[in-house]
Amino acid sequence: MFHFEVVTQWIDRFLRTYLQGGWALFIEFVLIGVVVLTAYAVLALILIYVERKVCAFFQCRIGPNRVGPFGVFQSVADMIKILLKELIKIDRVDPRLFRLAAYLVIIASICTFGAIPFDKGLHAVDFNIGVFYLLAVSSLGVVGILLAGWASNNKYTMIGAMRSGAQLISYELSCGLALMTIVMLSGSMQLSVIVEQQSYAWNIFRGGIPAIIAFVIYLIAGHAETNRGPFDLPEAESELTAGYHTEYSGIQFGFFYLAEYLNMFIIAAIATTLFLGGWMPLHIPGWDGFNEVMDYIPPVLWFFAKSFICVFLALWVRWTMPRLRIDQLLNLEWKILMPISLLNIILMAIWVIWII
Amino acid sequence: MDPIINLIIFICLGVAGLALSVLAVSAKSLLRSATYLLLVLICTAGFYLFLNYHFLAAVQISVYAGGVVILFIFAIFLTSNKGDVLQKHQTQKYILGALAALGGIAVTAFAFWKHQFVYGVDNHTIDGDQEINMKVIGEALMGTEKYQYLLPFEVLSLLLLACIIGGILIARKR
Repeated sequence: MFHFEVVTQWIDRFLRTYLQGGWALFIEFVLIGVVVLTAYAVLALILIYVERKVCAFFQCRIGPNRVGPFGVFQSVADMIKILLKELIKIDRVDPRLFRLAAYLVIIASICTFGAIPFDKGLHAVDFNIGVFYLLAVSSLGVVGILLAGWASNNKYTMIGAMRSGAQLISYELSCGLALMTIVMLSGSMQLSVIVEQQSYAWNIFRGGIPAIIAFVIYLIAGHAETNRGPFDLPEAESELTAGYHTEYSGIQFGFFYLAEYLNMFIIAAIATTLFLGGWMPLHIPGWDGFNEVMDYIPPVLWFFAKSFICVFLALWVRWTMPRLRIDQLLNLEWKILMPISLLNIILMAIWVIWII
Repeated sequence: MDPIINLIIFICLGVAGLALSVLAVSAKSLLRSATYLLLVLICTAGFYLFLNYHFLAAVQISVYAGGVVILFIFAIFLTSNKGDVLQKHQTQKYILGALAALGGIAVTAFAFWKHQFVYGVDNHTIDGDQEINMKVIGEALMGTEKYQYLLPFEVLSLLLLACIIGGILIARKR
């Protein structure tokens, strides 16, 4: 198996031979920052293109097809357009909070993105408390959304922000509980350790029924956390124009847009890491020949293939289901998903103690 | 890590924390105060990260930044109007506040001078660069032996449960 570890360790050794420890560290920090930001932007472009194409196919259209072959450069053109757009000054907003809100949303998203293990050694933040870090940092985005709604001085944004706040806070619960079930199964919170453990059976197979229930709950709750699909009532365009980011323009709107798409990817990537084995190839104990063939596919490809399957599921749901009402949304969380995930934790405890 | 880099990070965090806490008490609108408070709390989490205590940093962010500040913001949304501006305080209150701040500084300085610091530049007996294992924290929280905290943990969770039930009761009375 080829791991990116080789490349990153080579860079580390190269820098350390020519520079003092402090400067080498500093340059590595800067390099990691640049790489994370670039990957963030490039992934957003890819995701926007994929979303538009998949959406078009679901609606029996062709989708973007003018810029480049099959329209692959459409989102690059859109990016250039959004970078050149004017930032419109809104009258009677709270300017400081208005600007800060967009940054808070995107910073929370980038911090979470940094903790995703793409491959062995291609992993910016690997704390002992990995899963907890993900939950903690991603909860910062709610503050940004609430501030955006308030600071815009507009009743549509306000209603959108309140709905979004209620939705994110509620669905964070079952998200956290679903992740906790997997932490119980693996006995560690460190993401790299969790991935290493799945080398022979992915958690979804190893954990049996409770893991499958947790996976489904995580996909539903995570999808609701991205404010998309049937759960997009914070930005319901028929009633609230665009929800909490109605008043934003130019790149500030772009920040919200980027964060929305990347949050979808982050949810898919976390589901991949915790349930589907991260960058681990598909191994079946006993089938040595099969395992060796699977090892020839590089782990990064495995990771992205699994994540994009999860992303495709999210898109499928988004373009198929009708939008929920607010009471249906809250009932789904508090009366269905929450009790199931609490029971599921007990089930997982039984599974861990008596079955494996 | 390099002592100079450590110093730079520490100074950045400290200056940001100080400036933001002054802004938090002097801001004109209530929501701005809450936002600056959020940033102060994030700076504190930065200090915990700096001390390699990742668990406490994550707790700080998820409980204070993700929970308490959002509660504050919701409370402000529900109770105040858009144009509300905080009233100017009287001079007497300024003096009292300054005195309280001076008292706090005095207590901290006293503790600082009295304390014998074990970990220094030329004393590496305590390794500050080591991450505390999550397993140790988990066992300390969930154990029943000496220096383990299962009973306080359960008592606190009972208290929180009582708070939740009380909140639901108050909300149902309408």
